[in-house]
Amino acid sequence: MFFLVAGEARGEVLKLDEPLSFWGGVDPETGEITDLRHPQSGMSVKGKVIMMPFGRGSSSGSSVVAEGIRSGSGPSGIIMMEADEIIALGSIVADEIYGKAMPVVVVEKKQYETIKTGDHVLVSKNGLSLL
Amino acid sequence: MTVNLSDSDQEYLNGEQGPAAASAMRIIVRLADAMGASELLDVSSAHIDSCLYHGPAVLDFARWLEDQGGKVKIPTTLNVSSLDLIHPDLYRGDANWGEQAKLLMDSYERMGCKPTWTCAPYQLEERPDFGEQIAWAESNAIVFANSVLGARTHRYGDFIDICAAICGRAPAAGLHLDQNRKGEILFRIKEINASLLDRDVFYPVLGHFIGKNTGSAIPVVQGLPSGIDEDRLKALGAAAASSGSVGMFHVVGVTPEAATLEDAFQGDTPREVIDVTIEKIIKSRDELSTVSNSKIGAVSLGTPHYSIHEIEKLFQLIDGNSINPEVKFYVSTGRDVLTEASLRGLVKPLEEAGVIFVTDTCTYITPIIEDIARPVVTDSAKWAYYAPGNLGVDVIFAAVEDCVASAISGSVSVDSKIWSGA
Repeated sequence: MFFLVAGEARGEVLKLDEPLSFWGGVDPETGEITDLRHPQSGMSVKGKVIMMPFGRGSSSGSSVVAEGIRSGSGPSGIIMMEADEIIALGSIVADEIYGKAMPVVVVEKKQYETIKTGDHVLVSKNGLSLL
Repeated sequence: MTVNLSDSDQEYLNGEQGPAAASAMRIIVRLADAMGASELLDVSSAHIDSCLYHGPAVLDFARWLEDQGGKVKIPTTLNVSSLDLIHPDLYRGDANWGEQAKLLMDSYERMGCKPTWTCAPYQLEERPDFGEQIAWAESNAIVFANSVLGARTHRYGDFIDICAAICGRAPAAGLHLDQNRKGEILFRIKEINASLLDRDVFYPVLGHFIGKNTGSAIPVVQGLPSGIDEDRLKALGAAAASSGSVGMFHVVGVTPEAATLEDAFQGDTPREVIDVTIEKIIKSRDELSTVSNSKIGAVSLGTPHYSIHEIEKLFQLIDGNSINPEVKFYVSTGRDVLTEASLRGLVKPLEEAGVIFVTDTCTYITPIIEDIARPVVTDSAKWAYYAPGNLGVDVIFAAVEDCVASAISGSVSVDSKIWSGA
């Protein structure tokens, strides 16, 4: 596992069945998944550790990620299998301007598959662990 | 992994070019690190998507750079924003949101960006050459620059675009590098009627299908006619970059890095082969509509921004008819293209027929459409993909010919014969 953006997160996992574009897919004020075509449409990312295999969609996603960190309605951390710089950048910028980063980590498929929705995890500099 | 910085990069980082350049360089280096880049490279132009207002964070960021003296170093164009500055009355959103959006637009202009306000910077007079390293944001512009122009940009997002513009540098990674531009998945067009392949409407549907089946890989399409025009490639790429995270595609015999199948895969073999049949295309087409038959409230064309050729085609299709008074007919385009269309005598007659031109923004990212209770018909797969979530509107995807016919009659009118298959 490696960090795209360093930080610490603790929370309940929401594992997405399909990649989600943050822009056009998440309401930055509430954290609700608004993409009607997404299988988890209507659920909330707020405070959750979100798992998605890779990123998708519009490059405005970075802004929605940063806004979610600012407002507190975004995820507390993101776990992926492939690096996605659109998501990483939103967190890097929130760290720069607000001093608040959301960790974004990339894990091996094997580890990715062991974690499921509802699990509680801790992402820290020591790695990713189930609570 | 650490990024090897040049002496000049280090000077930027140390603040010798001023505090804004130091902050911008710090973000570039952090991103380069996340991308696994070993160094940075020069970029010769930038296209900024950060100028679209999404809430306080984006304005905080722009002001943070501007207050530190941020100025762009390379030619930099601006993507769409939330307002139409030429037709300000079209904006129907919250007044405060609009004011914040304007502050954001002004900030980017003051940092030296050109007020182009278009998501199709490749339609501007100056555009990147083959092989040129650039830093573009906006998913449809990225995929067009890489695939159609053969320029090289990674899939940049908001924030990094302006940082690259301030420093003239970007991570040497991703789609900037030869080895990452290699085709990975082969899409073979199978027994699809040549007349359907010659319709504009086929290309956004194909793009939607490809995006859904590609993820973040590079698709290669085989079996399309040579000489596909840029508008069709634009529609294909925009759709693929909406339903998937496609930053580049190849069309064998059409796009500049795919003269042959071997070139597209750089001599390697596809890791997956997918046959594109008429059944799959029709299924993809149907996914783009949320309702089928009903009275419509509006038509929206021009996502990405309509080109001058598309406006000319629309002029021919409307052919002196008038849009039904029950239907609002929006065409989003760049202000430069609108000027050109005006010079060609297209704008006045189209407006008299009932067409509402939207510039500087787009009808699916900001409240412009008057009536969202009734479905909107569009020829854009990207619009069809995002508008239901953004606006809470029902959408009917259709060929531009059908969009025009529906707008004239007031209810959906679709020519299904063109989809009859092989």
